[in-house]
Amino acid sequence: MKNRQLIVMPWRDNNPVTVQVLGICSCLAVTAQLKPAVVMAASVTVVTALANLIISLMRNSIPPRIRIIVQLVVVSTLVVIVDQVLRAYFYDVSKQLSVFVGLIITNCIVMGRLEAFAMHNPPVPALCDGIGNGIGYSIVLVIVGTTRELLGSGCLWGVPVVEHTGLYNIGYEDNGLMLMPPMALIVVGLLIWAQRSKNKKLQES
Amino acid sequence: MEYVNIFIKSVFVDNMIFAFFLGMCSYLAVSKTVKTSLGLGVAVTFVLCVTVPVNWIINRYLLAPGALAWLSPKLADVDLTFLSLIVFIATIAAIVQIVEMVVERYSPSLYNSLGIFLPLIAVNCAVMGGSLFMQERNYSNLGEVFAFALGSGGGWLLAITAIAALREKLRYSHIPPALKGVGITFIITGLMGLAFMGFMGIDL
Repeated sequence: MKNRQLIVMPWRDNNPVTVQVLGICSCLAVTAQLKPAVVMAASVTVVTALANLIISLMRNSIPPRIRIIVQLVVVSTLVVIVDQVLRAYFYDVSKQLSVFVGLIITNCIVMGRLEAFAMHNPPVPALCDGIGNGIGYSIVLVIVGTTRELLGSGCLWGVPVVEHTGLYNIGYEDNGLMLMPPMALIVVGLLIWAQRSKNKKLQES
Repeated sequence: MEYVNIFIKSVFVDNMIFAFFLGMCSYLAVSKTVKTSLGLGVAVTFVLCVTVPVNWIINRYLLAPGALAWLSPKLADVDLTFLSLIVFIATIAAIVQIVEMVVERYSPSLYNSLGIFLPLIAVNCAVMGGSLFMQERNYSNLGEVFAFALGSGGGWLLAITAIAALREKLRYSHIPPALKGVGITFIITGLMGLAFMGFMGIDL
């Protein structure tokens, strides 16, 4: 039961992006299209889960003074592996994500979960917490990616879907601005607004 | 002249916050007052100006394809690029630690104003991003790299100071309760980003 809660909690009420406001950089930068967003989400979930597990296994032997360096080494090793796998099997997506795969190392979600959870908890809950937060992050990425690709280029996963609905014939136009970086911020801002007006507990005084 | 171009381009056109969203976490968390954000901005600029040139030297003479040729011709076809992520972050963490110790030893007043931010900077994406963009863009000499680092840091400083000034004034405005705090900061940053898009397409 407890492990299940650890997985489910970060999906909504303790979402790493909209509630804890962590890991924003990559969340905004890769969401102009759905495909890179999903690949990024999967990579971050894998890295968070495995880093949590490894650090939790090592937690009693890490000297507190140098823990940040130890964490960075573990995380960057995992990211190097993910980066090489992406280059080998999804070369085009990996080119599109450019530096943002490397930036998973400094993604605050990964470091934040290691500091806040994995350092003081046994491996199984730590793994669950990592998976849960990864999924919470993925949900936001998928929502933002879908919105931006659909409104910006009328496609989903590169497939032109708006074309089939016949909206173009009655004068609908794609809003190219949605593909621009600033709109990502505004979409996430609106998402936070929507979530907080539904859940009053999350509002800031 | 070319250095000035790179500098201006990285401040306005390729702004770290508005074009690439790098360093957003500390940008959102520390931008409550102008004074602290100025301090963090200066610290980030300083660390970028040290780490990016150092990483450029490492990349140029150790990691890039064929970089080891200066050691012996036999090593000319060695490509260590896959190590760059781990090497860059290790360099950054080490340099931040050294900078912290040096500043603490020689300028306690600067340490008191920057001190609390320095450990945060090791995991700031803007710093790591600076090194990764440097690698991607193939700058040809140290001067260009320095101009790029100074410009990126300056752009970040500009962005965080501007948003902090706006947030100080926001306290007196009526914002829907659900939008207070993070929500409105996101939207304002988006609007500022739209304004900065005006610089896009300027070819220097």
